[in-house]
Amino acid sequence: MEEEKKRQRGVRLCCLCNERRASLKRPKTLEHICRECFYRVFEDEIHDVIISNKLFSPGDRVAIGASGGKDSTVLAYVLSKLNKTYNYGLDLFLLSIDEGITGYRDDSLLTVHRNQIQYGLPLKVISYQDLYGWTMDNIVKMIGLKNNCTFCGVFRRQALDRGAALLKVDKVVTGHNADDIAETVLLNILRGDIARLSRCTSIITGEDAPIPRCKPFKYTYEKEIVIYPFFIIHLLPFFLLLVLAIPSPLYYVCIFQEARLLFHRMHLFSKCISWFCSRVHQGFRENQVWAILDIIKSGENFRISATTKMPEQGTCERCGYISSQKWCKACVLLDGLNRGLPKLGIGRSRGSIDGCKDRNEKNGGKSIESKQCGTLDF
Amino acid sequence: MKLTLEFGGGLELLCDSKKIHNVNVEQQNGEDKLTMKDLLSWVRTNLIKERPEMFMKGDTVRPGVLVLVNDCDWELSGQLSTSLEEKDVVVFISTLHGG
Repeated sequence: MEEEKKRQRGVRLCCLCNERRASLKRPKTLEHICRECFYRVFEDEIHDVIISNKLFSPGDRVAIGASGGKDSTVLAYVLSKLNKTYNYGLDLFLLSIDEGITGYRDDSLLTVHRNQIQYGLPLKVISYQDLYGWTMDNIVKMIGLKNNCTFCGVFRRQALDRGAALLKVDKVVTGHNADDIAETVLLNILRGDIARLSRCTSIITGEDAPIPRCKPFKYTYEKEIVIYPFFIIHLLPFFLLLVLAIPSPLYYVCIFQEARLLFHRMHLFSKCISWFCSRVHQGFRENQVWAILDIIKSGENFRISATTKMPEQGTCERCGYISSQKWCKACVLLDGLNRGLPKLGIGRSRGSIDGCKDRNEKNGGKSIESKQCGTLDF
Repeated sequence: MKLTLEFGGGLELLCDSKKIHNVNVEQQNGEDKLTMKDLLSWVRTNLIKERPEMFMKGDTVRPGVLVLVNDCDWELSGQLSTSLEEKDVVVFISTLHGG
């Protein structure tokens, strides 16, 4: 009866196995594909990326940056599965950052705790309170509801590195997907940020740093990351937005900030770019489906003239974190908070080409060098 | 026509934080046929309590929203012209959120 219903609506067979009915038009390739084949190609492609880019070595201790969101949850699941199936020999951990936002992070941390149990992976939670002595809620009490993302992004990036160091891991993996990287390429081109542009498409960053980071989802489409767990029944839904505590005002900011993240960031620069990106996400014409991968490719092929002055990477005098200034951004921001000068490190840089009022971008200092620890780069 | 609608990935926030809705949709023209296009405008009018632009753009769903009809991508069944039947399950999932 159900099969008849499906046939009436013109559902076709999977183009890969030709046996089962197609459940999905694959966002990456527009193939009509059944569930089982979809899991298989999704996992196989990630396995290929891991192997061909030599992301890991047997015996590596690897921390998975786990926020409880869709990318990191799927990453934890898939990496765990591939590790067993193909014997990567990895020691996997979940590393979560608690920014101290009531009603927001506590929910996603629940998801990470659940992941810990479901996938049998040890979990370490690092909080801003422990690291910096400030929760995001307390920061908001001091600075209001503007520029929060600046603080949060800078602190989170450091927190991830510090957490990884505490866990004594060899590598950190994050769930950045193809859409994220394509966006970052576009944003860096528009900002004229050559330093970041040269780094942002690397699948491994900081190879010479103590703990390199890699992005196994570099070529994985965001839509497919959402579809994958939906079709696996036993994979519990990511980030159930159960409000257990009375949410702080920042909660509402974060929720809609996330939902609007893509279009908000594009809107900052120009309407035509936001139109372009909405097309990328619609992808209703065949040639546009490849736009995401093409953007990444063009970012990879970008070559910087040898005579261009690039910022040098040193270390922060105060905390030893990597920085191209005397003090790293986190120290500058913390200093401002502790001295009751919350505007320190925030504000438009002089002579910058983007005259846009982006409250969520870090624009401290006068030149590219000062944009080291940026919200775009984590 | 009785249908089950599910909202995920944050879309539930637009409908009073309720993920699953068992609804009874009345057809406009008195016919038995109901398409996804009809359903979407019904949802916008009756279920979406705030920020309709996060759910829909024009006649269709906003880019970044996945639609599954009986666990099957609506791209395979004709998107807006997909016809619905009694007891169908329609799922809307937003992909526009952090990872």
